Amino acid sequence: MSLKVKNLKVYYQTLRGDVKALDGATFTIEDGEIMGLAGESGCGKSTLSNSLILLKPPMRFVEGRVELDNEELPIWDMEKMNHFRFKKISTIPQYAMNAMNPIRKIGKMVSEILKSKKVDYKSTLPELKRRLDLVELSHDVLNMYPIELSGGMKQRMVMVLSTLMNPSLLMADEITSALDVSTQKAVAKMLVEFRNRELVKKLMVITHDISILYQIADSIMIMYAGKLAEKAPTSVIINSPRHPYTKLLISSLPDIGVKYSQRKLTGIPGKPPLLLDPPTGCRFRERCPVAFQKCLNEEPPFMEIKKGHFIACWKEFEKNA
Amino acid sequence: MTKPKKRINEILYFALKNKRLRVGLIVVLFFLILAFVGPLLTHYQWDAYVGPAYHPPSYEYWFGTTTFGQDVFTQFILGLKASFLVGIIGGGIGTLIGVLVGFTAGYHGGMIDEFLNMLTNIVIVIPTLAILLIISVYLKVRGVLIESIFIGFTAWPWAARAIRAQTFSLRSRDFVDLARISGIKPLKIMFTEIAPNMMSYLLMTFILQFGGAILIAATLDFIGLGPTNAISLGLMMNLAVLWGALPLGMWWWFVPPGAAIAAIVGALYLTNVGLDEVFNPKLRKL
Amino acid sequence: MLELDKISKVYKTGTFGGKKLLAVNKVSFEVKDGEVISLIGESGSGKSTIGKMILGLISITSGTIRLNGVDIATLKGGALKNYYRNVQGIFQDPFSSYNPVFKADRIFRIIREEFFPEIKIDEWNKKIDSSLRAVGLNPNEVLNKFPHQLSGGQLQRFLIARALLLDVQFLVADEIISMLDASTRIDVLNLLAELKSRGLSILFITHDLSLGYYISERAMILYRGGVVEMGSTEQVYYHPLHPYTKMLIASVPRLDKKWEEVEGKLKAKHSELSTGCVYYERCLFADKDKDCAKRPPLIEAESGHFVACSHYMEVNKGV
Repeated sequence: MSLKVKNLKVYYQTLRGDVKALDGATFTIEDGEIMGLAGESGCGKSTLSNSLILLKPPMRFVEGRVELDNEELPIWDMEKMNHFRFKKISTIPQYAMNAMNPIRKIGKMVSEILKSKKVDYKSTLPELKRRLDLVELSHDVLNMYPIELSGGMKQRMVMVLSTLMNPSLLMADEITSALDVSTQKAVAKMLVEFRNRELVKKLMVITHDISILYQIADSIMIMYAGKLAEKAPTSVIINSPRHPYTKLLISSLPDIGVKYSQRKLTGIPGKPPLLLDPPTGCRFRERCPVAFQKCLNEEPPFMEIKKGHFIACWKEFEKNA
Repeated sequence: MTKPKKRINEILYFALKNKRLRVGLIVVLFFLILAFVGPLLTHYQWDAYVGPAYHPPSYEYWFGTTTFGQDVFTQFILGLKASFLVGIIGGGIGTLIGVLVGFTAGYHGGMIDEFLNMLTNIVIVIPTLAILLIISVYLKVRGVLIESIFIGFTAWPWAARAIRAQTFSLRSRDFVDLARISGIKPLKIMFTEIAPNMMSYLLMTFILQFGGAILIAATLDFIGLGPTNAISLGLMMNLAVLWGALPLGMWWWFVPPGAAIAAIVGALYLTNVGLDEVFNPKLRKL
Repeated sequence: MLELDKISKVYKTGTFGGKKLLAVNKVSFEVKDGEVISLIGESGSGKSTIGKMILGLISITSGTIRLNGVDIATLKGGALKNYYRNVQGIFQDPFSSYNPVFKADRIFRIIREEFFPEIKIDEWNKKIDSSLRAVGLNPNEVLNKFPHQLSGGQLQRFLIARALLLDVQFLVADEIISMLDASTRIDVLNLLAELKSRGLSILFITHDLSLGYYISERAMILYRGGVVEMGSTEQVYYHPLHPYTKMLIASVPRLDKKWEEVEGKLKAKHSELSTGCVYYERCLFADKDKDCAKRPPLIEAESGHFVACSHYMEVNKGV
């Protein structure tokens, strides 16, 4: 069982035309896999995750096919997706901590959400309490108002809620970025714990912080300007990436032990192309140190060069050939 | 690359596309033009007894005549003009005081804010009518101008509250801090950094105050606390009721002023909602 | 040059200001000429409050900040303006640092209006040009644009160029790269490090330990408004003495090694001691009967390495 996304294209409608925010994504997440999704702001990572669960205007479904556990997801149809949301596919939104209604007690809020999904609160309660134990939240939180919870506690509460129905796919969009390092670690580890206990089958963790992914993800997918650049097992992405963008990105990250006076890191010069009218060929070519003629004219496909290692780069294809 | 002009164009695009805004503006403009072109179409004085009494609308007297034979159309036109005057002066004063109080309270915070907030709340709870009754005892002759000023001085608290909240949220933005560490004085920061960000908001506040002032004036006039030396739409209705237009079935005397007030105030609120949709990208529909 | 002497900030909260919130508690340190010092802490540690107090954006409840011996609280009018010639700040959110209704380069015009009205416009434009180039921007590409037309990295560089125009000596950099993309943030950080070679002192405020290590010579760890550890970056990062610093460093996600699987869970909450050690309720070593009930002073454990923990010897014996 797996999530299979095939050539998914989702554009943003604006006055000046379509912004090609997600322009053809093909990838698979297997059961038991935690896939990290990383890239710069505007690379389409949030578009990808949002489109899988709530594709609403100004987002526009263009083409593509999404299969979850051998069943096609009608992501273009808001109504039909209701059947899958929360139960089969669930999300922990970016600002989950502020998404709670401040004048509702947590328990009341949970029961309302369950009711809207036609799930009985009473019979779910024992499981809910077990889950609270799992994330080390006291059962008393159900009688508390959101304001009484700290940021980390809210984040854990939302995690419990979004996984209550044992969804097949859980997406976590930048859920650790607003947290302190110590809380961040706890929340990230909890994601792994949820997977280990098979409360969720597969996870897509979206973040700009690659070092978090290194800690918890099984595989990492890198996006650039609406396209997939590279996907590989975590250790491969960190230690021996193949796509020039991934290489530059990884080498620009400061780590404890790296000092300006001893080893100066460099960023990637230039900036991503505008997606309103993206250039032909490879979208990274303008910033790429190894770009050549072919990158200008032809768009590199996202191909598997080794088992589980996908990239989209002509130079690397040549090397591999 | 996008040019700065685009932003203005974008606002114009959404403004022209917005139905509420279009309808609202057309109605307001219609009455505004009528108020200024109208006097050319009539050659009567509003208080002169110019024709037969109890006369329904006719070619000679477009809106008919009053119980005393005054021309209703002339009264209507001048009343319309008075209403717009009240709206502009009353709404203008209300907005101005509201802006000053709101800016100062929101920017300075602390004790100044507490004090201005107290003042605002006091003015809100003062019964306007009671004060006006007292004033009318002292002022034997009241004009539209006095009335507008009075309305302006009592209607500002709502504007002040809204603007205070808006200023409060803007002043915590980093660019205000940057202006402060650039050595710019607080008053200058208020007008060169904060105010430009609230232009759309100020415009909408003025429109609401404008409509509010017209409505309050009509209410005051209707219960006989309006101008003593001029005509207004509210006063027309007051006189109509006073002199038995209702039992006599003289609908032409009270329907035009009533309908005009309803239309103008309604259109102003419609304009406001429309502008809100134009300025607030979240409310825009593609 | 810049000296903080027992700086505190107390906020009054609740109705009638009945409750008090100690945001910064008697923090003292000194930044020397040409020194980059990192102020590291989690949200709510008071790190930004300290930055804002240095910039005169919020009042100081008690204590003094001195620039070259002059108490900044006494500065007014021209003297205060002169202070801003020397001391400037850059904030976290590049987009919020610009007034959205004006073009981004207006910040330069303001500097001329406020500080250099005597300089002719042509000469000023040349100065802008050279400072923009100094921060790695092409003037033709970035001038005459609205903030939303520029990237976060470009906007932060603009602010650095602005500080260069003023010829500042001390820069408060408050989380200035935390909102930038990975591929551009390191360049802005490098730029900051280059400024140091011009003799500039920088207070680098961050929650990201690796950034603090990358750029600064000295690091200060802040917890709940108090300094818990201070020393050279090497000392603090490689031989952390305070239990909080240890926990922090163990929690940082790194690229070279994975989080250790078991590192001792946080202890159940102790009852809060308002007068005791700030880290008391989370500390694994806290002991109610002993000195933790009093606020431990910052003591020099080794040369230049300070720690505010009564038990740092025991803490470091076992590990």
